[in-house]
Amino acid sequence: MSGGENGAAATMPGGEARMAEAPVRLNVEQASYAYHGHGQSAPDFTLAATSFVASQREVVTILGPNASGKSTLLKLIAGSLDPLSGRVELEGFEISRLDARTRAQKIAMVNQESALLFPARAGDYVLQGRHPYRRMLRFETEEDVQIAEEALAQVGATHLRDRWMHEISGGEKQRVILARALAQQPILLLLDEPTLHLDIGAQVELLERLRQLAAESRYTVIVVTHELSLAAEFADQVVLLNAGKCLRVGTPADVYRRDLLEQVFEAPLDVDIGPEGRPRVYVRGGRTGRGLRE
Amino acid sequence: MKPLTLHRVLWTCAALLAVLFAMILVALKVGAVPISITDLALNLGRVILGRRAEMQSDYRLIVFGLRLPRIVLGMMVGGALSVSGASFQALLRNPLADPYVLGVSSGGAVGAILALILLPQVALATPFAAFLGAIATIAAVYFLGRRRGQLDSTTLLLAGIISASFLSAVIIFLMTTTVGRDLRGMPFWLMGDLSAPLPESLHWILLAGLIVGIGAIYTTAADLNLITSGEREAMHLGVDVTRVKLVVYVSASLLTGLAVSVSGAIGYVGLLVPHVMRMLFGSDYRLLIPTSAIGGAIALLLADTLARTVALPTELPVGAVTAMVGAPLFIYLLRRRLR
Repeated sequence: MSGGENGAAATMPGGEARMAEAPVRLNVEQASYAYHGHGQSAPDFTLAATSFVASQREVVTILGPNASGKSTLLKLIAGSLDPLSGRVELEGFEISRLDARTRAQKIAMVNQESALLFPARAGDYVLQGRHPYRRMLRFETEEDVQIAEEALAQVGATHLRDRWMHEISGGEKQRVILARALAQQPILLLLDEPTLHLDIGAQVELLERLRQLAAESRYTVIVVTHELSLAAEFADQVVLLNAGKCLRVGTPADVYRRDLLEQVFEAPLDVDIGPEGRPRVYVRGGRTGRGLRE
Repeated sequence: MKPLTLHRVLWTCAALLAVLFAMILVALKVGAVPISITDLALNLGRVILGRRAEMQSDYRLIVFGLRLPRIVLGMMVGGALSVSGASFQALLRNPLADPYVLGVSSGGAVGAILALILLPQVALATPFAAFLGAIATIAAVYFLGRRRGQLDSTTLLLAGIISASFLSAVIIFLMTTTVGRDLRGMPFWLMGDLSAPLPESLHWILLAGLIVGIGAIYTTAADLNLITSGEREAMHLGVDVTRVKLVVYVSASLLTGLAVSVSGAIGYVGLLVPHVMRMLFGSDYRLLIPTSAIGGAIALLLADTLARTVALPTELPVGAVTAMVGAPLFIYLLRRRLR
């Protein structure tokens, strides 16, 4: 971890000002989906109609336990699935109707795990983010290289540029993958369980970085996670899913109701509101409550 | 960050072409009748100056009637198989993919033999049927190699190896039961051989098909780089995955089919050459496709020169040489992956 990025991640603008009157950028309107198994008429899994809107500079978490429909909703937003009903629009355009190239100029996806078939250096990996802007048979321009360098700097990973992807740590790899997404110069940044393989320090660092990027570079950030306490701390808006149904959409304080969370996560929980108005969740185990945020 | 430049692609190809030229000279020189470099230079000079008539007739026969056509054939086949192998490796996200290992070559051979049996008079039927056989096989292997809707690399390789074995049995069946036809020998189709002279008409078809196939694959080279890290990832980076897969599967099958229809099922070139090129020049497909094409030409020419000379006065089928080198490499790569 270099010294530079710690300082950069330290200051955050305060909560509500960020969202004030920003135009709607992502509009998910009654979007639903159903997976069908082979030759079956009844669907294996359905995501019931879900609606929410997101503006620029906003961090939205899609929260829920495993198999709640989080990834399906993310795929609908990424345009890799067509909604069964309803609409998913980015700046007024239906995302699933955009061609792959245009979509990749607007939306960047950070996936959980990306196994590389052949070794690649971090710098070249980030350059892949310029692909949606490249014409057929053309090579990377000076500008592409500059944008990739900037993306690496934005995530504090300039020093990783010439390292092999398979030789760096999980947290470092996550930063390089994020840098590739930034090199796409998107307006919508999607992350699927980005904290899954990270230790708590790297998790907080990543989410702080996302908040900062959203604030400074006007991204709309959508994070899929099942981490209750991280979502409470970093999200402007939470979309709570359970068993394919959207149960509630709102600020963390709106969504984090004890009975609701206990029902969804099937665990005895305590919720209180912290000094900044953000809820805190504790597991009620045995005699004393134990914080999740240690 | 040092991104790939056109300059680097051209210089690398130029260097490989120089190696290829040297290899051509070696292949022209050695053989049952050794020819000195001086004679070779003299005679090549005569050809360039348009004074073919001044050549001694036995030289003309050996160098330009026998060796040169075989060299040209070997180069085309080697290039086709290598580019095809590199393409399958990207699409199937499996570094062990190769048209021979996957059974695609055997599928092409079955197609070619059927065309020779059913439509012996139609000259273009053989390469076309080989293409159809190749594409049908890769489609079958692709679907057999899936588990729960996902490509599984071990299942895929097993599906390929079993398909190859089954199709070899079909080849043997067809060759044994069809009598009185000129079908070339069984070793030709099973192992591959460059000794059979190619009809003049097919030379140009082969060359045209090669240029179209390799050209089409090259237009998707940057997309293939991304597909190696997963189709979904590639899609999120703006690759039209369906189109790229269609173009590359069809083109790679075309290259394999063409190669098989003129030389039989030569194995492991498509595995070996892209790996060596990756080790030398990196895994960027914009460089890998052209270097594999030239490298494949060099490798098969080398293998065929060995096949012609190691067991003098007799000759080995070139496929035996490539398999002797390729199979151990396959095992090595497999072990390294499992570790």
